Parts: sequence; C-alpha cells; structure tokens
Amino acid sequence: MRTIKHIIQKEFVQIFRNRTMLPIIFLVPIIQMIVLAYAATFDIKNINVSFYDQDQSQATMKLRSSFEQSPFFKVNKPIHSPHQAENALLSDQTDIIVNIPKHFEKNIKKETSSSIQLLINAINGTKASLANVYASSLIQDFFLDYTHENNQIAIKKTGVPARDFTFKHWYNPDLNYKTFMVPGILVLLVTIIGMLLSGMNIVREKELGTIEQINVTPIKKYHFITGKLVPFWLIAIFELAFGLSIGKLLFDIPLVGSLWLVFLSAGVYLLVVLGIGLFISTISNTQQQAMFVSFFFMMTFILMSGLFTSVESMPLWAQWINKINPIAYFIKIIRMILLKGSDFFDIKTEIISLLVFGFVILILSTWRYKKTN
Amino acid sequence: MKRLGGFIKKEIIHILRDKRTLVILIAIPVIQILLFGFVLTNEIKDARIAVLDKANDNASHQLTNKLLSSGYFIKTEDLRNKKDAEKSFQKGETKLAIVLGKDFGKILETTGRLNMQVIADATDPNTANLLVNYVRAISMDFLQNKSISYPNNQQGKLEIVPRMFYNPELKGVYMFIPGIMAMLLIIISTMMTSISLTKEKETGTMEILLISPLKPSQIIIGKVAPYFVLSAIISVIIVVLGSTIFSMPISGNILLLFFEILLYILLALSIGIFISTITESQQSAMMISLIALMLPTILLSGFIFPIENMPVILQYLSHIIPPKWFIIIIKNVMIKGCGLVYIWKETLILIFMIIFFISLTIKKFKVHLE
Repeated sequence: MRTIKHIIQKEFVQIFRNRTMLPIIFLVPIIQMIVLAYAATFDIKNINVSFYDQDQSQATMKLRSSFEQSPFFKVNKPIHSPHQAENALLSDQTDIIVNIPKHFEKNIKKETSSSIQLLINAINGTKASLANVYASSLIQDFFLDYTHENNQIAIKKTGVPARDFTFKHWYNPDLNYKTFMVPGILVLLVTIIGMLLSGMNIVREKELGTIEQINVTPIKKYHFITGKLVPFWLIAIFELAFGLSIGKLLFDIPLVGSLWLVFLSAGVYLLVVLGIGLFISTISNTQQQAMFVSFFFMMTFILMSGLFTSVESMPLWAQWINKINPIAYFIKIIRMILLKGSDFFDIKTEIISLLVFGFVILILSTWRYKKTN
Repeated sequence: MKRLGGFIKKEIIHILRDKRTLVILIAIPVIQILLFGFVLTNEIKDARIAVLDKANDNASHQLTNKLLSSGYFIKTEDLRNKKDAEKSFQKGETKLAIVLGKDFGKILETTGRLNMQVIADATDPNTANLLVNYVRAISMDFLQNKSISYPNNQQGKLEIVPRMFYNPELKGVYMFIPGIMAMLLIIISTMMTSISLTKEKETGTMEILLISPLKPSQIIIGKVAPYFVLSAIISVIIVVLGSTIFSMPISGNILLLFFEILLYILLALSIGIFISTITESQQSAMMISLIALMLPTILLSGFIFPIENMPVILQYLSHIIPPKWFIIIIKNVMIKGCGLVYIWKETLILIFMIIFFISLTIKKFKVHLE
C-alpha cells in the first residue's frame, strides 16, 4: 500500500511540474467544451427556399406565407423559369425550390390529385433530408387546412380544423441540440485526456530510460499499474465534475438523474479508458507510436459511438462492433441518466459490461508490463 | 547536400523501423473513408418504436402495419398505458411511442380525423424530429387513402415529390472526402513532425544534431522531407479510394489538385515545426496539435457540422482555420471542376499562412539549448 502511495505521489509531482501540460489538462478542455457545444450542432435553421410558382393563386400565396412564418425557412426571391431554378441551385443561392404546377388551386379544390415538386440541393445529405422533412410537413399541414376550409361538410361535422395528429417531444421539448451534445462532449473530453495521458505515460518512462530504475526496485507489477492508474483517474473525474458544472451553469443542461450514478459509471468507464491507454503504453516502444495507436482506436470508437449519428441506423456489423466500444456505452449511459433520469437498473447491463472490460484490460496490461527485457 | 542526404536517410530509417505506426498511418484513411461511407449515415432505418393501441380496431391495425412496413420502424413492444412509454424511454429501448386513441376507426370514419398522438424521445432532437415527421407523412398518406373511400370526406389528393439534386442517394461522400483529407494531412504532417522534433529535444539528441555541421535549416528540412512524401502518398490513397469506391468525381485539373494538396501539406508541416519550437516535450507537442488543430479541424471546417448555423464568433474563428480554405479549394476543384481563376484567393491565403508560420519559426528557433 505504501509503495503505491509513493508512486502516486511521484506521478502527481511529475504532472504538476510540467508547465505546458498543466494548462492543457485543465484549461483547454473547458475552452474546448464551450466551443464544441456551440460548434457541434446539426441544428438546421434558415434553409433558403425559393418558389417556382406557376399557379399564382390564393392557395399558393397561403402556402408561401406558411413557409415565411416557419423558423426553419428563409423565403428568397421567386423563380420564373426552370432554367433559373437550375441556376439558383448550382450557385448555392437556394437550398430548396418548391415547384408548384399550373392549376394547382383548381385541382386541390376539385378533389383531383395534384403534385408539388421539391428540388433540393443535396450535396449536404443531412441538411437535404431535414429540409425535405420540414418542407413536406409544412405543405401537408397547409393542404389539410386548406382543403378542410373548402370542405364545408367536415367543418359542419366537427367544428374544428380537421387534424388531430399531435406530437410531443419528451425530455427536450425545445429540441435544443446542445442538450443532446453537451453530455456527449463531456465523454469526449474525459476520454481524450484520460487515454492520451495514460497512453503516453509508461512509454515515456521507457523512452527516457527511467523505467529501468523502477524495474530494479521491489515495486510489484500491480503496484506500478495501480500507481499509474489512480492519478489519471482522479484527474479525469475532476475534469468531469468541472465540465458538468460548466454544462449546468452555461448551457443549462438538465440534470434529471442522480449525479452519484453519473460519477459511479464514469469511475467504471475510466477504468476501461485508462486501462486501454496503459495497455497501449506497455506494448509501444515510442511515444509517437503510442499516440498513433491510441489516436486510431479513439477516433474509430468515437465516430462509431453514436455521438453524432444514431447507432441504430448503422449497418448490423457496425452495431456488433459497438458491443465492444466502451465510448458507445458511456455516451448512452450519461445521456440516459442526465437527460432522462434513468436509474441504476436501466443501465445495469452497460455498467456490468464496462466493469468486465475494465478488469480484462487492466489484467492484460499488468501481464504485458514486463520488468525484465 | 550530401550531408543533408545522409540525414534524410536516417530519418527514413527511423520512420520505416516503426512498423506499427506506419500500418496505422495507412489504415487510418482507409478505415475513416469506410466509416464515413458506410457507417455514419443520417438516414433513418429500423428506428425502434412502441405502440399503444387503445382502439384495437381495423383502422388502427392498418395504420400500425403501414408504419411498420415502411422500413423506417421496428416495433419493440406493445404498451399498456402511457406510464409504460416513460419506462421504455428510460431504458433506452424505444425512440418513439405511438398512441392510437380510443375509437380510432370510428372517429376516422365519421370525421376524417386521426385520433393519435406521437411521443418522441427528443434527447436526440434531429432524429426525433425526423421520426415524428416520417410518422406524420405516413399517417397523412393513410388518411388520404382512407378518405377517398369515405363519401363524407371529399378532398383531393396532394402528392409531394422531392428530388435530390447532385447527390440523389444523400451520400456524405462529397462532404467527407475533402474533410478527411484535410484532417489526416494535419494529423500526419503536423503531429508527426512536431513530435519527431521534440523527441530529439526530449531524448537529448537535438544537442548532438546542433553541434553537427548541419545547419539548423538543414536539420528541419531533413526532418520534414520524409513526412512530406508520406503525406503525399496518403493523399493519393484518399483520392483514389474516394473516386473508386464512392465515385467522387475529379472534374478539375488533376495537376492543380495535387499542387493545392502539396501546398496544404507544406502548411501543415510548417505548423508542426512551429509547435515543436514552442514545446519541450512530445506529450505537450501532441496535445497542442491534437487540441488546437485536430478538434477545430473537425468542428470548424464545415466538414461535419455546417458552419452557417454556428454563432457569428465561431464563423469568424473558422476563417483562421487552414482546413476550411483547403476544403473549399478541394470541393471546387474536384466537384465543380474550377480552375485556378476561381480559387486564387483561397490559394493565396494558404501561401500567406505558410509564410507566417515559417517566419515565426525562424524567430523562435533556438540554436542553443538552455
């Protein structure tokens, strides 16, 4: 126990002695979190829309004004020819063109079918599909209101507008993207700091040759790994707490669930992250190598974790890979606890999986760390 | 010149000796392209929903079936009451609960109204929004088909026909090939050079190099040259993979394309050298390049997140991020086939940045060690 304490003490002295690393560890993540929360947004607003209105009727005027009132759209100058439409799309002047055919009003009044075409600039696929969804639902609402206004029977019968499809957005009624991203960003920061600090650590001692000095002491292998683990674990937990407070104070993210549960699962998760870092550190020969190996795994795991895109839409093989992706588990856990107030029993499978990963990887790195050459 | 040649050879040996890093350097672009191409999609598929059918009649079954056969949804469970929905959300098992109200069929028949409510787990707002709107579109379609068969509800039918231009399958390839290139070249060029230079400092071999007859500029050129070649090879891999697997077009002049790529690599290298002059340890060099360069590249270059929706300050900030300009250049050359006439401004910005970092480095570079 005393040996471990001394190693921990040594690590802390080393960490706090390094004048460039200190601000990196404590200040930069905070700045990053603030910038990230604002930058990492898929909030789509101000979609530029132009009308190619061949009907020029009251109905199309109404449709246009419903677009003008929507927060998602910005209505641009009307378009008068197909050629002009194509040009507007090519030059990025507009994102979406609503093409209304001749006799549109007459047709929808007369129970015959008619169609509206949406021409969408789809270079950015995400934006295009959202623009499509927003525009379609606006047009549909307009259509229902309009036809029912003209359909006296329906009004007589019900006395209310003939639409009863309602929806509710639970947990995030304002559809605030930051609420979704900030917990994910917290995970990201804790992971990056944890994995890089631990990943570079042992290999640094190797590179500088100081590991030989440790190897000749009676320090046991598990002493050494524990001594390396604890300081980074504490730093990462501290960062999480710091980040959470910023998230609460600055972005007002809801903390619905139990904070104890957040830290409990973070503690377990960090065992995995630091374990992976230390393992990489024991198998690498140079810091550069350690960094690239950890960078590679981190990048792949982060991209697949569901931080940006939903896991369920991924192909099946990717979902299988995600079963061994600790970041995916923790992002899921932290979002569930913070935003939905899930309790321990809702997340027990995830926590147990993380615990198993953590033990396996820590045992592996203790085993891989050799005191002799 | 011969001395420099020898020094470069030493560096190449260093790089080639580290097989693991080399393999990873080649694997990163390949894996990233595959991930972005096949895994990271924003299309909705197989979203899990729960159904609370209070009516349990013909019409409600028809609508449920119609929703489930659309390919967007999978039913995970039948709920008994709204409380169940909350539980199911908290377990993270469903994204959407569809509540079909009492007498769904009767109300539909007599009034032409859909007595239903959709509850979405909006922790992920965009997905929630998309899902709700899919359900809405399908239900409206259902309603329109139904109302034709009910004589009381006379209305026309409106069809909305979306046409996706330039990228009909909504593949992200046009966005991510330039983005990946911008990101990887920064990682390889900036990180590798800054680390390999600080390594000489940390292990004390920098002193040996400085007292050798090599001039400081030669030391730097020797350090940088192998990474320059490595980066060039990797950018070729990216371009080839992009155009073969994902049929990313190369409409513009290929020589111009590679000229711009080489310019960007040069910029990344000069940033790397600059970082190495202001840091003492490999760890700090790496953290600085990772946090000050990598994350902004991913975030502020418009590669994943659209810049136009960010706060104005960040939009200004994005102007000083080199990858932003590089991505504009690459998109223009590769997709639109523009010549130098259209991108001279961006090219000049890159050149200016190179000059800026190199002159800073010259000012900061210490020939003596403290």
